[in-house]
This record gives sequence, C-alpha cells and structure tokens, in this order.
Amino acid sequence: MSTRTHRHPRIATAAAACALLLGPAGCASTALSEDTGPPLGSDGYTGPPVTLQYWNGFTGGDGPYMRAMVDEFNAAHDNIQVESNTLGWTDFYQRIVAAVHAGQGPDVAVMQLDNLATQAARSVIVPVEDAIEQMGFSPSDFPQTLVEATTFNGHAWGVPLDSHTIASYANTDQLNAAGVAAQAGTGAAFESELAAVQQSGVAEPFWMPNKWPAHLMFLSLLWQGGGEPYSADGLTATYNSPAGVEALSWMVDQVKRGVSPTNVAIDSQYLAFKNAETTVTWDGIWQINDLRTTAPDLKWSLAPIPKVFASPASWANSHQFVMLSQREPDADKQQAGKTFIKWMVEHSSEWAAAGMIPAYEPARSSPEFTNMPQSALSGQIENFHYMPSIPGVGDVNVQTLELAVSEAVLGRQTPQQALDQQAARADDILASNAEKFGATNQG
Amino acid sequence: MVATDVQTPATPPSVEKEVWDEKRAARKDTREGWLFCAPYLVLFAVFVIFPAVWGLWISLHRYDFTLPDKPFIGLDNYTGLIDGSSPWSAVFWESIRNTLLFTVLSVPLLLVVPLAIAMVLNQKFAGRNLFRAIYFAPYVLGVAVIAVLWRYLLDANVGLINYYLGRAIPWLTDVPQAWVSLVGVTVWWTLGFNCAIYLAALQDVPRSLYEAAAMDGASWWQKFRTVTLPGIRSVLVFIVSTTIIASMNMFGQSFLMTQGGPGNETRTAIMQISDTGLRQFDSGMGSAMSMIFMFFLVVISGSVFWLTNRDSDAQAKVRKAKAEARAQA
Repeated sequence: MSTRTHRHPRIATAAAACALLLGPAGCASTALSEDTGPPLGSDGYTGPPVTLQYWNGFTGGDGPYMRAMVDEFNAAHDNIQVESNTLGWTDFYQRIVAAVHAGQGPDVAVMQLDNLATQAARSVIVPVEDAIEQMGFSPSDFPQTLVEATTFNGHAWGVPLDSHTIASYANTDQLNAAGVAAQAGTGAAFESELAAVQQSGVAEPFWMPNKWPAHLMFLSLLWQGGGEPYSADGLTATYNSPAGVEALSWMVDQVKRGVSPTNVAIDSQYLAFKNAETTVTWDGIWQINDLRTTAPDLKWSLAPIPKVFASPASWANSHQFVMLSQREPDADKQQAGKTFIKWMVEHSSEWAAAGMIPAYEPARSSPEFTNMPQSALSGQIENFHYMPSIPGVGDVNVQTLELAVSEAVLGRQTPQQALDQQAARADDILASNAEKFGATNQG
Repeated sequence: MVATDVQTPATPPSVEKEVWDEKRAARKDTREGWLFCAPYLVLFAVFVIFPAVWGLWISLHRYDFTLPDKPFIGLDNYTGLIDGSSPWSAVFWESIRNTLLFTVLSVPLLLVVPLAIAMVLNQKFAGRNLFRAIYFAPYVLGVAVIAVLWRYLLDANVGLINYYLGRAIPWLTDVPQAWVSLVGVTVWWTLGFNCAIYLAALQDVPRSLYEAAAMDGASWWQKFRTVTLPGIRSVLVFIVSTTIIASMNMFGQSFLMTQGGPGNETRTAIMQISDTGLRQFDSGMGSAMSMIFMFFLVVISGSVFWLTNRDSDAQAKVRKAKAEARAQA
C-alpha cells in the first residue's frame, strides 16, 4: 500500500516508456492464426449471436451498394450482426496491417487482388482454399484467370467478389456527329475513328493522362503485345521489353499526333470528357456511377479498349473477401465470417449496380448485371490481366512503372529511356523486397 | 595579455552581491520550475524524446513491424543511402535537394512580402481591419482545400488561369513552372500568419522613436533600418526560424498538387520518408532517412540560432558596458 502512495512520478514515466517499448516487441512474439478455423457446416453458422467487424474501402459511388447488401444480410440473419468500417483504400491498408498485428484486426474484410500477395507475406490474411470449399464454391464458379491470380505460394488468399477493368468511354453524340456507329475494336479502326471525330470538330478527341489511369492503359497495351510487367519469379522488371516500348510509344504518339493535348494533369482527361471537350477516355468501369450522377446529361457508351496490338487484353483488378489473422481466434466468429462471405458472393448480382462485374458465374447471367453498361465487357473476362502475385509489387509499380509512363507521356524522356531507367531501379527494389519477404516463388 | 585577462572578471562588490542574489533566486526557482514543466516534460519525453531515440535504434535494423525478422544491420541503412548502393538513395537525395530548393525559394518571399504587407496594414486607413482579415483568410484553410483549389485553377488544359492567359503553360507538369506554382501557392496560403506576427511586433515599436527620427530628418529608409528593424528584431528571429522549418517540412502542397511530379522533381523529403516508412512499412530505412533529414534541420536551425545569438551577445555586451559606465558615473 505504502509503495503505491509513494510512487515516484519518474517510475510512472519509466513504466509508460516500457509499455511502449514492450508493446511492439510483444506483437512479434505472439503468434497470429494461420487458418480460417473449424469447417463451416452446410447450414451455415448456427451458434449464439455474434457481431462481426467488417472492413472495406468502398468510399466512392460503390459505398451505398455495399451498405445495402450488408443491411440485407443483417436482416436475414438473427444470430450474425455485421458492423462495417469503411475507409479510403490508402488508409485502409496502412491501418489494417497495424490493427491485425496489434491483435485488433477485423473478422472479415475486402481487399484488392493486387494486394493479396503483399498482405499474405505480412501475415495479415490467412489462406481460404478450404473455406471456399466449405462454402460450397468450386473454381469453375469463377473466371479461370481470376482464380489463378488469387493464388500465391500454393494457396488461395481471397474469395472473389468482382472484377473491374479499364474500358473505353465514348461520347455518343460526338461519335454520331462524325458518322461513327460504334466504338472501334482495333487500333487501326480507333485511329480512323479519332480522325473522323477530329474532322467533325473535336480538335483533341483522346486526352492522354500522365498519371492515373495512365499506367493501367500502359499495362493493358503491354499485355496486348504479349509482354509481361515482371518476370515469373518476381525478381526482374520486364516492362522495358520491346512490347513495353511499343505500348508506351503508342501512348506518346497520341500526344505527338495531336489527338491529345500535352501536359494532361491528373483527372483532367476525365473532367474534359465530362465537359464534352474530348470524345474518348479510357478509365475504370467503377466510374460508371460517377458519370451517371455528376454528368447526367452526357450520352456515352462503354466498350472494351480496342485491340491495338496482337491480342485483346486489358488491365483488371478484383475485390476479394479475405479473412484476417487473429491473435485470439474465435471459432464462432470465424464460422459466422464464412457464412457472411458465402452469402455476399451468392448475392453478388446486386453488386453489379456498383459498376463492377460480379466474379460469381451465376451472378453474371442475372438481369441485374446484364442491364448494366459494363455487361458489354463480360465476354472479355478471360482477357482480363491481373498484376502478378509478388509481395510488394504495388509499391514497385508506384515507384518505377508509373514514373516511367509519366516521364514519357510528358515528353521528358523517350519511352525506351524512361522504361529502361525505371526497370533498372525496379530490379533493385524487387531484389530488396525478395530478401525482405523471404519468399520469391510465385504461386 | 595575461594580466588583462585576469583583471577583466574583477567587478565591484555591489555587482558581486547582485550575482549571488540571482544565483540564490535561480536555485530556489529550479524546483518550482521543474514542477510547472513536469506535465509537459512527461509528454515531451514519451512522445518526442523516446520515439526519437527509438527511431535511431530502428534505423540500425532492417525493420518492418509486420515481418518476424528484424535483423540488426548496423549502419547499412545509412551507408546505403550515402554511397548510393540502396535503391532508395537516388530518390532520397533528390527529395532532399528539392526540399532545400523549395526552402531557398520560399523563405525570402515569406519573410519580405508579409513584412511589406504588415507595414502597409500598420498605417491608419479606412478598411484596414477588412484588409487584415483578407490577408489572413487563406491561412485558415486546410492544405487539402487550397491544393485542390489551385490544382484546378492551374491546370494546363482545363484551368482558369491558362484560360485567361490564353496560353497552355504547364503549371504543374513541368519544371520550373511547378516550383513557381508551389512557391506561389505557399506564399499566398501562409503569408497571413507571418503578417499577423509582424503586425503585432510593429505595433509594439514606440511611436516616439519614429517622431524622434523624423525630427532628426531621417528618411523612410533610415527609419526602417534604424527604428523598425531593431524594434522587431526578436520577432524577426522567431519568424526566420519557424519559416525555415515550415518550408523544410513542406509536404501537402506537392503531394496534392503535383503528386511529386513531373518525375520526382517536386517530391519532398517528408513525402519520401512517409512513403518509405508508412506506406512500404520499411521503418528502418524510413528512420535512417529521418535521421539524415534531422541532421540537415539541426545544422540549418543551429546556424540561424548561432548567427542571431552571436549578434545579440554583441548587443548585450554593449548594453552591459553602457550600464557599467552609467554606474561608474
């Protein structure tokens, strides 16, 4: 008793400092769970009422649709209450990594496919191939390329919710005025389409951005030409291959030919499209709802991006349900989490309204999806290309590939120079990442 | 020489007594002072000193808190940055260079322009308070607001500024135009703060000094040099230090307006450090970058402090000599 009353403030300070010091050390020593817990029965979760924490990054036009689905799920399940926590994707990854390692992670979350390998290497998520089987899904329920892309180190790390790709938006009034009936399917046809639109009075019909989504355009064209951004072992950047140089040169040529103005800053091309200053823009299909609400009078059509090189291809990503590593796994919550994911995937036709392409095959044949503009891309789903499963690849893209695309589009370097210079840096970063994550094999 | 050195400290008995009194007072004050400072010192120790020391420790490791292995690698993070063998080296030094460039470009403007405005606003004229509010207004806006605002105004193809100019100047996608934009926006945004402080200082300069100077026939420039500047000297030192530090810490403007571009030309040190440490979770390398950056901050702040302090030491000596002369008389 007396020690407590005479406690010196200095000791309290020291104790606080120790707690701070030991906190992170403690994190490392306590093991995180590595599976999704006991198997899920065929009738779903039947235990006592539980509340699930569900994190996602749907802050945009997709948010309301996700909320509606969660509300519906909650109404249909007496013993499971799902609480959503929605925060922008950039913050989302920073926080979820820290939360999981502090033992405070959510039960379920949605992550983007190109982050799965990184999060797996950071022990944030657990393999779900067993869970997928328990939910009654088989690989044939999802597009083949997507299932392959979900695999890393021999495990599946996510349950696919959707695919989203970039596509070609065109102002139909301007196309009609130029006498173009439908969007072009090949590079040559695209060139004459733009020429026709220029003739009819739109001086610069295809603005070429130097930032987002410029690198998605580049990746699509690279894959069309048969190139790959990174080697299969994840140790070498290969986007400076001849296919890469051709792809980037094609983008730069749009500026040189005067189809695009120079120095198109971030978002300008999209603003110009909304204001009918330009005819065609390539952007993510998730912009559909934004265009509908912020430019309601604009008439536009959506088509796959044209096949400029040898084979059709476009960059894509996917939202995936993941289960998080837990410090103290709770079997009830794990079962309820799997029940939630199963229900959400089975009802993913509703998710089409958010501008996405449901990954679940039966959902793609539902009228909710076939009535949406992006259903025009559904036939291309096997031509979608996803980022390879390399831990840390997202940052390598940001630090090197995006920079090369930007430098070339702004005309500060030739495509060859820009790609070579950044690919060399990427090799160094990939080597350092491989050493850091200790795993170099791709699944 | 030796004799004079020994003689110099010899002071009259009265002064000796005064010094002793001060010492006693100082000794007595110490405990109370510590007591009053304690709440802050605890926070300072826990949230500033401890993280700084811990950061130093982390910088000696390949430290990623999500990975089980955090090997001790000695000074490898530092040597990798300094000898260029680390993949982050080139971009890190480019970010340091950019930060220094921004500081050199923005600090003089942020010292001179607000002073000029403050001197005008210190005059008596109708609507003076309205103008004071107008100049301060941008400062209350967050960096996200001003950055988005200016990003659209300055856009090369859809921006209002180029529309009125009738030209297609790449304000944000080429250098040196991007620096003109970033410095210009920063000056517009933050001058109100320096202006308000200058204004407060100017109002403290006794009017009688200006009247005396006027009677001696001093010109405007002479009044400025001999009355205004010495009168606001201590505030000037404060503004110089805080403006340099604020400029060195520039992040939001280039992060939001140019995204560090074109290329990495407007990527600042803080941007690079936060990217490395908080986005890629490479805390070891991020901490090493912070330590090197801190070294620059310490050297620069230290030289400002030393330059101004040396000056005030000289002035203190003059004052002391005058006081002694008066006491003798």
